[in-house]
Amino acid sequence: METLSVNHILGIKDLTKADIDLIFSTADEFKDVINRPIKKVPTLRDITIANLFFENSTRTKLSFELAEKRLSADVINFASASSSVKKGETLVDTVNNILSMKVDMVVMRHPNPGAHQFLSRNIDARIINAGDGAHEHPTQALLDAFSIRENFGEVQGKKVVIVGDILHSRVALSNIYALQKQGAEVMVCGPATLIPKFIGSLGVKVEHNLQKALDWCDVANMLRIQLERQDSKFFPSIREYTMQYGLTMRHLNNLKKEIIVMHPGPINRGVEITSEVADSGQSIILNQVENGVAVRMAVLYLIASKINR
Amino acid sequence: MQPREIINTIEFNLIIKRLAFELIENHTDFENTVLIGLQSKGVFLAKRLHQVLTEINPDLNLDIGFLDITFFRDDFRRTDKPLVANETNIDFMVEGKKVILIDDVLFTGRTIRSGLDAMLAFGRPSLVELLVFVDRRYKRHLPIQPTYVGKVVDSITSEKVNVKWQEVEGEDKVLMYSSEN
Repeated sequence: METLSVNHILGIKDLTKADIDLIFSTADEFKDVINRPIKKVPTLRDITIANLFFENSTRTKLSFELAEKRLSADVINFASASSSVKKGETLVDTVNNILSMKVDMVVMRHPNPGAHQFLSRNIDARIINAGDGAHEHPTQALLDAFSIRENFGEVQGKKVVIVGDILHSRVALSNIYALQKQGAEVMVCGPATLIPKFIGSLGVKVEHNLQKALDWCDVANMLRIQLERQDSKFFPSIREYTMQYGLTMRHLNNLKKEIIVMHPGPINRGVEITSEVADSGQSIILNQVENGVAVRMAVLYLIASKINR
Repeated sequence: MQPREIINTIEFNLIIKRLAFELIENHTDFENTVLIGLQSKGVFLAKRLHQVLTEINPDLNLDIGFLDITFFRDDFRRTDKPLVANETNIDFMVEGKKVILIDDVLFTGRTIRSGLDAMLAFGRPSLVELLVFVDRRYKRHLPIQPTYVGKVVDSITSEKVNVKWQEVEGEDKVLMYSSEN
């Protein structure tokens, strides 16, 4: 029946198309809720959620916290910068200590890929991945696909190009899984040094010329260069990267059809995207942020329904 | 055992007409009154009443909305059945309005309790009335009583009352299923 096939949201890889459809149809209703005079429902009033952020975040953390509060859950926040993790406590110990305060769900961002899988085997709580290293960021991919669906009516058959630092991006991998499960075609575009070698095995196209990639697509998802994850030089300079892969109005005006432009944020204006493009009518960047709350409410609601009383 | 027909098609449509006239008796020209049908089957009743009221008075200007109560239910995580949401469509303000809340069967009263909560997210109505097609009396878990009733039915808890609609099942009627069905 209509319930998720998983008990945790660790990655899009584990989800079925039916799961994604259920999340989207639930998110439609929550989008309606957050546009009402009273933007809150009492559904999760007996659920406590811990937001554990072992890595920096603005948008995702605020979006999750708002989603939790709009569902009436009790929320506690944790940031590793100000915690005992620095004193040598292990992940399982930290989380178990938090869970002993009777927490039902954990929303976690962690720099190590697979931290959530590891945790799900070792603790007794529902886990939602808010980003694990360069591995997956499932709720971002869901809200991206949801925004595409909202714009075009469906994801099926759409052509989506992901531009930029694919190698270090968890958004890229989760997006590839989510879009392909929904029947979209995916292309990645960027300098050869920032495209992982195995990417062809995921069934995505690779293109190194931005204008050609834009000619092909219906949607361009622009990614940030993740300098914090780069341990060596992948391109000569930011300026050179911008010359080749920065999206400008000139690119968009050269196209035969109007495409939509997305960005998971944070935007580096003037690097991967010009201000003109980011603020243009073709950009749905702020819609993505609004949809993020609705999609996260749907994920929290559907996973919470699996918590035993 | 075959389900028992407790309201046939002729009675069904007579009851809807009677309910429409009862509403006119209390609300006259429906100025400042709105209809809200609860998802899913209260919506059919609300639409049907709206249709009959418009046939009686073609100049009638009466707002109708549909309300989903899923996120306001009190049995979240208490049933094995997943709670899947339906569409809510209320494109008017409830603030200061007289609301007629509409559902097909009134049983424990828990759905109506959720409906009242859900409705308050759209504003503070000046008055709320409850209209139901079938009232399974003596089965209430909460102190909730309808203002307008199509038919009162005595039943035991294990029985089920099911309203069939022309729009969905192809026929207007109400069936009662005993516990063996």
